[in-house]
Amino acid sequence: MSTVTLNHDAPLPADWRDLLALTKPRVMSLVVFTSLAGMLVAPVTIHPVLGFTAILCIALGAGAAAALNMWYEADLDAKMKRTASRPIPAGRMDPQAALHFGVGLGVFSVLLMGLAANWLAASVLAVSILYYVFVYTIWLKRRTPQNIVIGGAAGAFPPLIGWAAATGDIGWLPILLFILIFLWTPPHFWALALFVRSDYAAAGVPMLPVVSGALATRRQIALYTLPMAAAAVAPWPLGLAGPLYGIAAAAFSLVFLALALRVLANRAVEPAGMKPEKQLFAYSILFLFALFGVLVLDRWTVS
Amino acid sequence: MTDPRQDEIRRRQKARALIMAVLLGAFVVLVYAITIAKMSVQP
Repeated sequence: MSTVTLNHDAPLPADWRDLLALTKPRVMSLVVFTSLAGMLVAPVTIHPVLGFTAILCIALGAGAAAALNMWYEADLDAKMKRTASRPIPAGRMDPQAALHFGVGLGVFSVLLMGLAANWLAASVLAVSILYYVFVYTIWLKRRTPQNIVIGGAAGAFPPLIGWAAATGDIGWLPILLFILIFLWTPPHFWALALFVRSDYAAAGVPMLPVVSGALATRRQIALYTLPMAAAAVAPWPLGLAGPLYGIAAAAFSLVFLALALRVLANRAVEPAGMKPEKQLFAYSILFLFALFGVLVLDRWTVS
Repeated sequence: MTDPRQDEIRRRQKARALIMAVLLGAFVVLVYAITIAKMSVQP
């Protein structure tokens, strides 16, 4: 019988908890929710098993994109307090394993989506993964303060994919939802970037507060909130949603605007004085959950 | 005396193998369910 000796220089095999952490499960919850909403407001119903599989594929695709993002950004993550404990910068995982995991998961999610739902949904899912990895992570993030403006489109795809999985085409409502998330992303991320500015500065990431300062960022947050609010309410006057959604969207947007104006009025430069920014960041997540929830409720009460 | 590193490698391998077995089982069930669902929605 032969004896197997282990190479002590080889990295340890990754713990399954670290593989799970690579997929950013908390971010995934918003992705799953918005894609589910996109599917539920579609004018045709999808078989529950196929619908479940499509949502699973979107979640796996988002996890794959997150894993590839962590693989590419391990050097940046190591310089930031918020991200230094992630599996790769903390030394708990071999980067190569993360790359293989991300590519494998991404290919699997796209193929399964194509076979279970349709190839349009699979194509949009593939585009969203590639956009997040190549356009946002590799191309924009380290080069321009517009990184999350243009890169924000990656996070806007889920409702479009959910709708496409159910219908096999793309309608005006999911396009509006795409625009809404696209315009929501800058105020959401810049609110965060304001109170973790030193982290981004230490890592050399050209986020807007690092490049242009807090005042310019606060102005941009307020400016982006206006078209975002318009996109949030738009489905109602355009006849794509009912008054329940329209009134709720207007109310939620007014709260968002009020918080954005408090951020604009704030002059703090240290995170300790940035309560309005922290409130806006927390509310922005709740805003998206609530808005998509009401949209589904509105669609179901009408039909 | 056991090597703690070797023990840790074996523990991780065992945990991953177990999870992979569960996931593969779930995948088989899912493919079966997809097949039945596809057959039921065919015109």
